[in-house]
Amino acid sequence: MEQVHKTLKDSEIGKRTKEEERRLLWLQIKQNKECYFMMLPFMLVFFIFTIVPVVMSLPMGFTDFDMVQLPKFIGLSNYTTLFLNDSIFIQSIRVTLVFALFTGPLSYVLCFLLAWLINELHPKLKTIFTLIFYAPSMANVYTVWQLIFSGDSYGYLNSVLLNLGLVTAPVQWLTDSSYVLGVVIVVQLWISLGAGFLALRAGFQNIDRSQYEAGAIEGIKNRWQELIYITIPSMGPQLMFAAVMQIVSSFTAGTVSQSLVGFPSTDYKAHTIMTHAYDYGWVRYEMGYASAICMVLFIAMLVCNKLISKLLSNFMD
Amino acid sequence: MAAVNVQEKKKEIKVPRKYQAGSIEKSKGTNKQAGKKIGGTVGIFIFLTVLGLFMALPIYLAIIMSIKPVHELFVFPPKLYVIDPTLDNFRDMFQTLSDMWVPFSRYVFNSVFVTICVTVAQCVFASMAAFVLAKCRIPGNNFMNKLIVTSLLYQSNVIYIMQYIVMARLGMINTYWALILPSVASPMCLFLMRQSMTTVPDAMIEAAKVDGANMFTICWRIVMPNQKPALMTMIIFAFQAAWNIQGGTLVYKESLKTLPTVVQQAASAGLARAGVAMAAAVFMLVPPIVIFMMAQKNVIETMAHSGIKD
Repeated sequence: MEQVHKTLKDSEIGKRTKEEERRLLWLQIKQNKECYFMMLPFMLVFFIFTIVPVVMSLPMGFTDFDMVQLPKFIGLSNYTTLFLNDSIFIQSIRVTLVFALFTGPLSYVLCFLLAWLINELHPKLKTIFTLIFYAPSMANVYTVWQLIFSGDSYGYLNSVLLNLGLVTAPVQWLTDSSYVLGVVIVVQLWISLGAGFLALRAGFQNIDRSQYEAGAIEGIKNRWQELIYITIPSMGPQLMFAAVMQIVSSFTAGTVSQSLVGFPSTDYKAHTIMTHAYDYGWVRYEMGYASAICMVLFIAMLVCNKLISKLLSNFMD
Repeated sequence: MAAVNVQEKKKEIKVPRKYQAGSIEKSKGTNKQAGKKIGGTVGIFIFLTVLGLFMALPIYLAIIMSIKPVHELFVFPPKLYVIDPTLDNFRDMFQTLSDMWVPFSRYVFNSVFVTICVTVAQCVFASMAAFVLAKCRIPGNNFMNKLIVTSLLYQSNVIYIMQYIVMARLGMINTYWALILPSVASPMCLFLMRQSMTTVPDAMIEAAKVDGANMFTICWRIVMPNQKPALMTMIIFAFQAAWNIQGGTLVYKESLKTLPTVVQQAASAGLARAGVAMAAAVFMLVPPIVIFMMAQKNVIETMAHSGIKD
């Protein structure tokens, strides 16, 4: 190990030939073969069942593919149709952006805030509260949501509002085009305390107590100072994880909307990009077009991820 | 081991008596540290309770509905409690399940078998790979890290077709492999573990290396015991994902189907069977919640550990 480092440093002075570089790389690989062996089981399965299908699906956006005949190459035509002739797609971009802007940052802050507040409590209460806040993301109880927001007076929300006299007639939460997106956002927020939230909880648990002790000596006065000077700086990795999970869940949301306000929703008001892709993929069997839609979404998510990781890394250091 | 020495050295640093680790442990982790007012803690408790009641509402309604008799399901105004609780919905669900031509126990076995295989494999594989990605500076490491995050972001509905093609080529359609293998390599678990492991100090690993431990030992004996919160969280994720595996397009033999599929079948039949649907949802929710409680208890117990970081 040491030797390799030395050769690395020495050779930085002079220029390495390609041959030397290749030999050095091979040497490094050989010396660390233990590491590669440990990575192997995961990477093997990951490669065969994730990477290969992903790579196979990448060029599908440039084809016309109906799952019956072989894909036919049609160049950029899918993409030009998407942006120039598909007004519903443009609408779905708008919906997805509104949706992501509302649910993403809000549930990210909520995840962190709740994870932190729970951390301030007694250990027994921690488990209970973590369960309460995490449970909605575990259960697929869309039927309950449908009953809560049901359009007739049997809906829980309507019945409460009618009893209080706030409305005179039941509100059509799931079909009125001015409410559907709002309802979907609320439900998504409700179930959004998922992976990111738990990871942050674990992160809080993993912070070394001695840091707080040292902080107390150095004059940390209250919870806020403790949070800002000790907790957040040592939570960097978990915050990054939560951010990525939040991007994924807020950009790819579609099932909530589909199972709650129907498919398609009234006036396409809750029609996200994912729903659009589902529409073309599994309803019309235009797989080429659907995968072009997914590709646009993927690129948007990559850009967003890049921005956020830059923002977070500035913030951490 | 040298790692132990590092630990001991840490403890030697003089800390005023009332801030010593022992004294905090004695107060059972409640916040009697500098400047933390008990009033604040009570305030937090009240705030979380109010929010928690709101959050728990859908689950509560699901449980309530699953024990409501049919004549209570659709009364006006809808009630938040049951007058005459019954287990009819559960009985109805199990009745439907046992009437299928594949015995119910077979589905239970499939689900339990697949869940155990996937959870164990996922955690073991992801932990080892995460250790390498977080702590070994080897060629290709950076690329792998980027690949994992990128694959998390990639969502496409064509991917299922491609997965089917790969599976068919390998001759694994309609086998247990089709249920297990696609879920074994979870980039999410790996990413979670890797992020958590980056906080492990290099000095600890170097010390173990000097003592002659190989990478495998370092991973399982030195790093993993300190990663209990992340490991437990990973178990929760893995179990939850594994328990909900349906096989979808990869398995269409009835005797290979898992519980989520058949329970859904038993529960679906419109609003008239809303009670049964709720019973099914509640029934499927029990194992993940049990695992969750066990794992979280472990997460919280680890908190008093200290002295391993620099």
